[in-house]
Amino acid sequence: MNQSGLPWRRGMRSLVWPVAALALLLAFNAATMPGFFAIEARDGRVYGVLVDILNHGSRTALVALGMTLVIATGGVDLSVGAVAAMAGAVTATLLVQAQVPWPVAIAGAVALGMCCGVWNGVCVSVFRLQPIVATLVLMVAGRGVAQLITGGSIITFESGPIAAIGNGSFLGLPVPVTMMVVAAVALQVLVRRTALGLCVQCVGDNATAARLAGVPDRAVMLFVYGVCGVLAATAGIIECSYIKAADANNAGSLLELDAILAVVIGGTSLTGGRFSFAGTIIGAMLMQTMTKTLYMHDVSAEIAPAPKALVVILVCLLHAPRVREWVSGLWRPRGGSA
Amino acid sequence: MKLHRLVSATPVLATCALLVGLFAFGAISYPNFASAAVVRNLLVDNAFLVVAAVGMTFVIISGGIDLSVGAAMAFSATLAAALIEAGGVHPLAAAAVVLAAGLAFGLVQGVLIAVLDVPPFMVTLAGMFLARGAAFAVHPQSRGITHPFVATTLNETLAMHLPLGARGVTIPPTVVVMLLVLIGAWVLLRHARFGRAVYAVGDDACAARLMGLAVRRVKVGVYTLCGLTSAVAGLLFALYQQSGDPASCKGMELDVIAAVIIGGTLLRGGAGSVIGTFAGVMILGLIQTIISFQGDLSSWWTRIVAGGLVLVFLLLHQGIGVVARRVGRTADRQG
Amino acid sequence: MTREGGLLLEAEGLAVRFGSVRALDGVSLTVRAGEVQALLGENGAGKSTLIKCLSGVVRPTGGRMVLCGRRIEPRSPHEAERIGIATVFQEVGLIPRLSVAENICLGREPGRRWLRGLVDWRAVRSRARAAMDRLGLGGLDVDRELGTCSVAVQQMVAIARALDVRARVLILDEPTSSLDRDECARLLGVIGHLRAQEMGIVFISHFLDQVEAIADRVTVLRDGKLVGSFEAAGLTRAKLVSLMVGREFEMPTGKRETTGERGAGSLLSLRAFGRSGMIEGVDADVGAGEVVGLAGLLGSGRSETARLVFGAETATRGTMTFGGEASRFTTPRQAIARGIGMLPENRKEQGIFPSLSVVENLVVSLRAKDGAFSRLAFGSQVALAEEFVRQLGIKTADVHAKISELSGGNQQKVLLARWFAMRPVLLILDEPTRGIDVAAKADVLRAVDRLRGEGTAVLFISSELEEVTRVCGRVVVLRDRRSVAHLEGSDITEASVLAAVARTA
Repeated sequence: MNQSGLPWRRGMRSLVWPVAALALLLAFNAATMPGFFAIEARDGRVYGVLVDILNHGSRTALVALGMTLVIATGGVDLSVGAVAAMAGAVTATLLVQAQVPWPVAIAGAVALGMCCGVWNGVCVSVFRLQPIVATLVLMVAGRGVAQLITGGSIITFESGPIAAIGNGSFLGLPVPVTMMVVAAVALQVLVRRTALGLCVQCVGDNATAARLAGVPDRAVMLFVYGVCGVLAATAGIIECSYIKAADANNAGSLLELDAILAVVIGGTSLTGGRFSFAGTIIGAMLMQTMTKTLYMHDVSAEIAPAPKALVVILVCLLHAPRVREWVSGLWRPRGGSA
Repeated sequence: MKLHRLVSATPVLATCALLVGLFAFGAISYPNFASAAVVRNLLVDNAFLVVAAVGMTFVIISGGIDLSVGAAMAFSATLAAALIEAGGVHPLAAAAVVLAAGLAFGLVQGVLIAVLDVPPFMVTLAGMFLARGAAFAVHPQSRGITHPFVATTLNETLAMHLPLGARGVTIPPTVVVMLLVLIGAWVLLRHARFGRAVYAVGDDACAARLMGLAVRRVKVGVYTLCGLTSAVAGLLFALYQQSGDPASCKGMELDVIAAVIIGGTLLRGGAGSVIGTFAGVMILGLIQTIISFQGDLSSWWTRIVAGGLVLVFLLLHQGIGVVARRVGRTADRQG
Repeated sequence: MTREGGLLLEAEGLAVRFGSVRALDGVSLTVRAGEVQALLGENGAGKSTLIKCLSGVVRPTGGRMVLCGRRIEPRSPHEAERIGIATVFQEVGLIPRLSVAENICLGREPGRRWLRGLVDWRAVRSRARAAMDRLGLGGLDVDRELGTCSVAVQQMVAIARALDVRARVLILDEPTSSLDRDECARLLGVIGHLRAQEMGIVFISHFLDQVEAIADRVTVLRDGKLVGSFEAAGLTRAKLVSLMVGREFEMPTGKRETTGERGAGSLLSLRAFGRSGMIEGVDADVGAGEVVGLAGLLGSGRSETARLVFGAETATRGTMTFGGEASRFTTPRQAIARGIGMLPENRKEQGIFPSLSVVENLVVSLRAKDGAFSRLAFGSQVALAEEFVRQLGIKTADVHAKISELSGGNQQKVLLARWFAMRPVLLILDEPTRGIDVAAKADVLRAVDRLRGEGTAVLFISSELEEVTRVCGRVVVLRDRRSVAHLEGSDITEASVLAAVARTA
């Protein structure tokens, strides 16, 4: 049998494992925890454990969407956590110290995110630095800049509209969930309806060939890192609106790791090429469900990363070509020429 | 005229020039800066960082990266503190256990990377989560180390008193360990077969394999070594802080990587030195010292300056690569 | 000159398959002590695969190898070296940032007496000097960083490294392709010297004069099969070429006389065109509806010229006029925007997107040309792909199959279709038939001919002289990175091209 099929069908196939893992985890929770699936509506808004997972998972998922594009080009963006911290700092500082109206504060933060992303893109595509290193620069310096903006203190603010981002609801669902859905649909349409998605995959699959085939590689790089920066800034705004404060020191910490893990669990290869937004969102939700499950089984927030790490290693091993060969060798002992 | 040699040595020369320049700047700008005490503090405050950076230098020269260093240090410090204080184990035995744990941790990472072909940054990212979680599992809070052997024997009896400056200078054993690690690493990298193989693997793993080097074994060795130095660094950190804190050393891997890059090690692999790494750590330390002498600058400037320096050195490498190739081509035809 | 030395290496019926491609099909080879054996064949004939088997890089799927009476199965170059087969690969497999001395001794450095793990630098240096002395390069500073040496010196170092182990069989894969004439002569001298030391040498080269000068025996491969093994003494150059090229398959031919106008209204014209350190200067003209060949040996600058025209590298000297305008492209995108396409030399590394489907591989340039935000309905992409699959006879389950699941010839046809879909004004084909089977070759050449008939100008690069003479209406011969001869119409014969290529003026 050949392994081809229509693109969407192949996309479905790559989602099987993450979806199965998520379903398994949910089933485990349903069995061990009564009321896990309980959802109640109050004041035109739904509450429940699942809603909670969606709400907190969507912040990671937003960043992971941008990270998906970056990873699909064969790169990685380590600076998203620092960018989120900077965005939160800018929002709070503009609101409190500059006394600007809230849309301006948000616009300022998003613009900063875009600048950071484009800067990363320039480092990668024009200076030809390795993505890990290029974004490392901003990762190191960015948190310092965030602290510089806030003056090292935690800035609290009282802005109804901005607080509503993290704590309000839209059509019954928490606002971050709505933002994630809007971002995912917009990106999906943009990437799949235009040549952009193809260009991103080509650059990630074979950069030399992409250049020789006339793919505008630099523009593609600037775009994906720019999008990643904007989404990281959005996540930063959401985070500071949860707590109505900007904490330059802790905001967005480990965000880059969660985002990368969500992408990898979602089936996008770290070496670039094919990518799937749906897989990434499922990956982010899987991570969040796992975190929640651990918390509900009285595992402390500090220890929780350890079991997550084991899962990640497992997923990476399943992706590793050597292990795959070995596994497929087990299944097809006689080795036909497929 | 050995122009090509000069060009390839430029990063290390630039690092050393920067170190000297920074120190000179501090000495001119602030009274009391050029003193034995400042130098002593620079060494004492950064000893654990140097040791961790030495391991990272090996990894980066081999063309890899290790993001688990900070978490591994926190784990080692916490484990040591828990063993000594809660477990009643003698500090030396505890140190041995910690070193073995670090070695095993690095070995597993190395096997995953080199034998199973999982990307290094993914493996060590997971390793970072794992080590951090394990640290909290060992002991959930910071735990002071009050064992008499540590408090008196190590920190006082074994400390060296040098008659420098007005009141003399006390060098704790952490600095001695750091120097020993530095010398050992230098010998290993410059003069041992293993070290030369690390350079070869980092420069061109394919060619190295064709030349008959055991590339996978070298890679496993490099990550194992980095696990070991992380454990040593964690022990030094525990000694320095007189405690083991599972929440400590967050983001330390970034400082370490920054120091290695500023020290002139090429992130693509194949070039670098522990001497440069030492200078890199000292540069970061000097910036911190200058900021504290200045008084009106906040500590976060350290990170901003560090980020900027990393960028400058990366671009310097990139430029040197281009120049070196030109010089090589034109300066040939001599036989 | 023939010598009757003892039998050193005997390979029998070696076979290697890469997927569905038979890279090597029942090839036998014998190497005697004190004999230089030349291994000849066009690109894709299986020479590289054969030596990869001998040196343990590739494990043969069939056949056996015997070294000095003992059956061997080397699993790595290291193991092959240990049992006495040393190989110098074409792409110099050395470490540029280590010193010359270290490169010679790496992996087997003499250790210090009291601690074997530490390197005895003095011994390393003296061993390296001794090895270089044997090549007559005793004057070289062995402490020098290898990457700063010229390619020629690096090649010598690679050989010195191979000599350092006491090898009984030395395999040299195109050692002379990047050497100048003096260095070549010195290398041939070294080979003769080693022959006198009763070593068995396998020597791969495209330079027939060197083969004539040094070889005792010539083995010819074609399409993965052994053509034969001959005493060099009785072999003429013409016989060699005919053995290498083979005649049993009739290629479809474009008419040699061009239908398009030429000269006056040429579409592309190059004058002293080049880039320092890469191409000295090339003169060439290509008119619409004309196929112009770029002939020359490997390393003569054929592919480099193509890359300069296409903007993959930026030219720094001379002029290029395209469509009546002086042009100098700095990126392939600019060239593509003007209607130029290029089928790159290395299909796997420069051409295909292995994890993408046939249709995606096919439409990428068309879509990228209109910009990243352009739209093209999925249905029309598929229709386009299916049209070309039919037209070029691409064998694939359907257009959504991964391109890496196709055979090499079909992958190449997809890449051709990528450019055909653009309706290019000028198409540059760099080794379009390399490494694909004979039937696919014929298909590709037929497609090129059809394109020419539609008025596209074609710049055609091939190592197979036979193809060049059949397809091209004009041939520019390159040697030593510059154009040295222009042939036209009935002047183009294998003999005339070969004469221009091989002339050692």
